[in-house]
Amino acid sequence: MTDAATQSLYQARIPIYPRSVKGRFRNLKWGILALAYGVYFLLPWLRWERTVGPDQAVLFDIAARKFYLFGLVVHAQDLFWLAGFLVIAALLLFFVTGIAGRVFCGYFCFQTLWTDLYLLIERLVQGDRVARIRLDHAPWTVNKLLRKVATHALWLLAAFWTGLTFALYWDNAPHLLGEWFIGRAPFAAYATTLFLTATTYVMAGLAREQVCTYMCPYARFQSVMFDADTRIVAYDVARGESSQGRHKVTRDLKTQAQRRERGVGDCIDCGYCVQVCPTGIDIRNGLQVQCISCALCIDACDTIMKSLGWGKSLVRYTSEKQAAGEISRIWKPKTLAYGLVLLAATAALGWSVSHQTPLEMSVVQLRQPLFVRLSDGRIQNSYELHLENKTDKPLALAIMMRGLAGAELDLGRLAALELPPQRGLRVMARVRWRSNSDVKGSRGFYFDVVPQRHHGVGMLSAPATFYNPGQEDG
Amino acid sequence: MNDTKAKSPGAVQTTGHAWDGDIQEFNNPLPNWWLWAFYATVLFALIYWVLYPAWPVGGTFTKGVMNHITFVDSDGKEMTTHWNTRALLLKDLQDGKEARLSREYMAKVAAASYSDILGDAEMMAFSRSVAKGLFGDNCAPCHGSGGQGVIGLFPNLADDAWLWGGSIEDIQNTISQGHLGFMPAFRETFDDQQLDDLASYVLGLSGNKVDETASARGKILFQTDAGGCYYCHTKAGTGLKSQGAADLTDQIWTLADVNGAADLETRKERVEKVISSGVQRQMPRWSGRLSPTQIKLLTVYVHELGGGQ
Repeated sequence: MTDAATQSLYQARIPIYPRSVKGRFRNLKWGILALAYGVYFLLPWLRWERTVGPDQAVLFDIAARKFYLFGLVVHAQDLFWLAGFLVIAALLLFFVTGIAGRVFCGYFCFQTLWTDLYLLIERLVQGDRVARIRLDHAPWTVNKLLRKVATHALWLLAAFWTGLTFALYWDNAPHLLGEWFIGRAPFAAYATTLFLTATTYVMAGLAREQVCTYMCPYARFQSVMFDADTRIVAYDVARGESSQGRHKVTRDLKTQAQRRERGVGDCIDCGYCVQVCPTGIDIRNGLQVQCISCALCIDACDTIMKSLGWGKSLVRYTSEKQAAGEISRIWKPKTLAYGLVLLAATAALGWSVSHQTPLEMSVVQLRQPLFVRLSDGRIQNSYELHLENKTDKPLALAIMMRGLAGAELDLGRLAALELPPQRGLRVMARVRWRSNSDVKGSRGFYFDVVPQRHHGVGMLSAPATFYNPGQEDG
Repeated sequence: MNDTKAKSPGAVQTTGHAWDGDIQEFNNPLPNWWLWAFYATVLFALIYWVLYPAWPVGGTFTKGVMNHITFVDSDGKEMTTHWNTRALLLKDLQDGKEARLSREYMAKVAAASYSDILGDAEMMAFSRSVAKGLFGDNCAPCHGSGGQGVIGLFPNLADDAWLWGGSIEDIQNTISQGHLGFMPAFRETFDDQQLDDLASYVLGLSGNKVDETASARGKILFQTDAGGCYYCHTKAGTGLKSQGAADLTDQIWTLADVNGAADLETRKERVEKVISSGVQRQMPRWSGRLSPTQIKLLTVYVHELGGGQ
């Protein structure tokens, strides 16, 4: 048999039973989790007073093409902000990864947050690592069945509430919640909830670290942003192994002095750092692709070292250079460049959002017919003006034109226009003009919209063209 | 992921058969997740067959259970049928949120007076969007999709000349009652010379430079009983709304393509042709075919096209 034939293409999942750990990084992670969940689960319920529009602080109203974000109303015309936001998010990820490694993975990624929640549920129902391993290997009893069912039921409940909460962002939350349970919510609400329930349950409950190792694209390409200065979670090999390697605590290897004398390192090979790892790796083997920089092994090792009184930081945040005893720099051309581009993109988006145009106008010339000859020989072109009032006050507008000497603007009986708050309107305008020359072709001019009562809204102009067929054409 | 666990490390599972003593076949079973996904699709299909129309049986097919859709068909009859996308669409067009909103707004427009509609930008925008579809379905075959008409056949609705009147009342009347446009053929009445004289006079009315003497002869034909043109077109040539007679003094030509002709001879030729052959055209009556609200919306739409009167 060849080597290839003996190698299976599939790696069966080796079950991982992460052990719980206490420490400063664990506390920090609980804090971030509480904050993230607080925001995610409560935001749809936050009310917000608006003169016009829904009273929900954050609402993505697809049907009305308006996104409500607290005091900001994002109209369909402003949707390019989303692109700007995504650019900033990507740049921020690159910037942070270049400096501090996989901070996003370890602390903020929803895969990590929800896996943490699922592990917590698992631990509360089935006990910690050893109890869980024992339960899994035990024969099926009523107790085991109850614990397993309870775990999965709680997982499903958490997944369901996650999915339902996501749906609440897209409609009036209290109303949608009621409708959801009496079967009158829109199909999209059910589809979204059930899809996210399924994915949350599968990803956080069943797939876990496989998502990071096999599925996540960021985990695949994040290494290109790494360099020798990037912060990584690493094991201090020199201290842990010394010249004779690690060794368990035995009678004659009890104190640091004894160990130093024998050339044995500080690592007592207790395996705590491996047991707490959510991806099941041994950090002492060096930087690995599976490592999500969650820093729980630091907490684990610090706990042990503290109890031995040998000093913390056997496993610690460091960089490749720092670990080798060189000086590690954060501000380098690469990080500076990422930082500058990030700053520029943030400033550009910030400027654009703070300078949101309160009134928008676009002009479309009606092309069928492109022009009409009138009884007095003048030429008439017709236009459809699309006006969008983005303020929460009604605007009284006068529509005028400029740049076409002697032309007449006809708006029927709509010359003075009342545009309701947060609403758009289409108005038909006819322009009549007697060309002074026989030159055939297009002439540019402007439509002006002048607000009659000033609410900080200035005059708005939009270019348009007038088509003149010339004398011969008819 | 799968359970091709070799019995001994480093060995690959075989199917267990041996042919000719030593020929064996590797067994590479599908991964379990794949198999389970496949079983799930089978289960889905089984449930689908029960719930939805699925199997042909002779000349008919299984209709599925618990999937009735009730909707109102085009004759106003309430229909209940098994699940199908057509009925689903019809139901949505009748009961959907958008359909309901549209109906409500339609009722508002139906109840509003013409002057209310013309002065309200939102109702105008609504009328335009609805009437555009009505116009496209019913009027565009003759008048063109933008109401531009066809010279020589159908009048242009986007200009400011209104044969039968351009006020809201006139337009509504025209749409609901229809019109017969008629001008007698004069080929038996006038000889070539007279036709030429008359064409010169008519062209002169709208500012064309024509032969003065011919025009003077034409004027006599036009304004006396010799030709009798003034019966409908009036002595000034400005036309008569009640007869649908065209204003000959303006720059708009709906029958003879005067503006499209390069020289006077061609223009005269085209006008002579209209005088000698006459006009006979018809605008059908739309009341009975379209609802009063639809006619109202079309009236507003046509009125806005050319700027109305």
